[in-house]
Amino acid sequence: MNSSDASRYLSTRGAPAGLRFVIYAVLALVLMYLDQRGRWLESIRYGLQAIAYPIEIALNSPAAAWQWSQQVFEERAVLQAENRELRQRLRELDQLALRRQSLERENAALRAIAIPAVDVVEKYLPAQIIGSELNSQQQRLTLDRGAVNGVFDRQAVVAAGGVLGQTMRVGPWSSEIILLTDSEHALPVQILRTGMRTLAIGTGRREQLSLPFLPLQTDIRRGDRLVTSGLGGVFPAGYPVAVVTDVKRDGGAPLAQVQARTLARVDRDRIVSLLWFTPNHPAAPVSPTQNSGGDPSAKPIDVIAPSATPRGETSQGETS
Amino acid sequence: MRRWSLRHRATVGLLVSFVLQVMPLPAVLGWFRPSFAVIAVLYWSIAAPGWGGVGLGFLMGLALDAYLGVVLGQHALATALVAYIAIRQHLIIRNKSMFEQPFYIAGLLLLWQIVVWIIDGWTGHALGSWTRLLPIVTGTLLWPFAWEWLGGDLSRSRR
Repeated sequence: MNSSDASRYLSTRGAPAGLRFVIYAVLALVLMYLDQRGRWLESIRYGLQAIAYPIEIALNSPAAAWQWSQQVFEERAVLQAENRELRQRLRELDQLALRRQSLERENAALRAIAIPAVDVVEKYLPAQIIGSELNSQQQRLTLDRGAVNGVFDRQAVVAAGGVLGQTMRVGPWSSEIILLTDSEHALPVQILRTGMRTLAIGTGRREQLSLPFLPLQTDIRRGDRLVTSGLGGVFPAGYPVAVVTDVKRDGGAPLAQVQARTLARVDRDRIVSLLWFTPNHPAAPVSPTQNSGGDPSAKPIDVIAPSATPRGETSQGETS
Repeated sequence: MRRWSLRHRATVGLLVSFVLQVMPLPAVLGWFRPSFAVIAVLYWSIAAPGWGGVGLGFLMGLALDAYLGVVLGQHALATALVAYIAIRQHLIIRNKSMFEQPFYIAGLLLLWQIVVWIIDGWTGHALGSWTRLLPIVTGTLLWPFAWEWLGGDLSRSRR
């Protein structure tokens, strides 16, 4: 070690530390204020995410290398078994798809609506998970697709099995998604068996959701499946979300305590899908921000207070 | 390693600590992860207060904010605060034995966690559970080793 080099730094120099700290503290507070209120820092964040992208790739590389080596050295027998399994699964799905078409037509006839020939999912984009932050405060993933791929804020993300989450912050080449299990995430869901609508709140624990707004006498039991209700403006109706694992009815509390386990499985390839929906499709997500569907001649009625926020202008963080 | 100048060693140490801090880990392991970046900042604040100073804490915190995607300034304020206290008290802490030093570090790590926690509350984020306190315990246990690995007492071990 170079002693003359080190001794220069062994004691404080220049401006007193107290003054520096005050300056930095004020700077931090101003940054927080601007970031929280003004959202002027969005463009800076966009740039920061661009800088973070290579770091994320580098941090993910050991895991990626391990997966790659596993795939390379996988045995022939294992691959054959997997192939057989996938073929079997494909046949099953084919059967389901055949029945789905006829069911969809029958459903449309029953409800006397014209279902467009196109599917509600307009296009999808596979994306790889390159980073994850899974703890009690945050359940977030980073994907390797961003604004250059057309990814937008509050876009639906699904994985094998069901709904995974939605995009939260989109960088140029990467985007951060908030999982259903994040304790700041609430998803409008429907109990498939009864049609009852409620909210599924993340718990901050892996694969765990809670349904805290159900009255005691609600008809819900273990094994009930939850699907998206189509409200909230991010997901269309009918996507699988979770299975109820536990229902506690405590006579003293007015609400039932219901726990559910999410169905989305991130497979070994760590691939998830970003979805784009056909606008104006009957099953497309409904949100207060886009007055789509319904009677187009109906106009919003002015409320008495003229200074009230106009309809269709809701704050961004409403669903998350 | 000994051949490197202080500045190079510090830079590499801080980069490695940042990577360790944000590296994806399995959930349970993540609970116990000490705040490596804060520990590195504390080391340089105590061992060489003239090198990075409060600004080093601020920049390290800002990098954490940007990477974790929380409100900009949250970790920056917390890290600058503990760096400032460590710099003010560096002579006292530096001359304590390796049995006493961890107590000071535990206090600083707790203060850091409290500031981050308060700002989480102000900005309407989830407050998490008692598992937030685990990194303080592991960080305190790590401190004597981190102190040696990062360079030890620079004022004594001049070679």
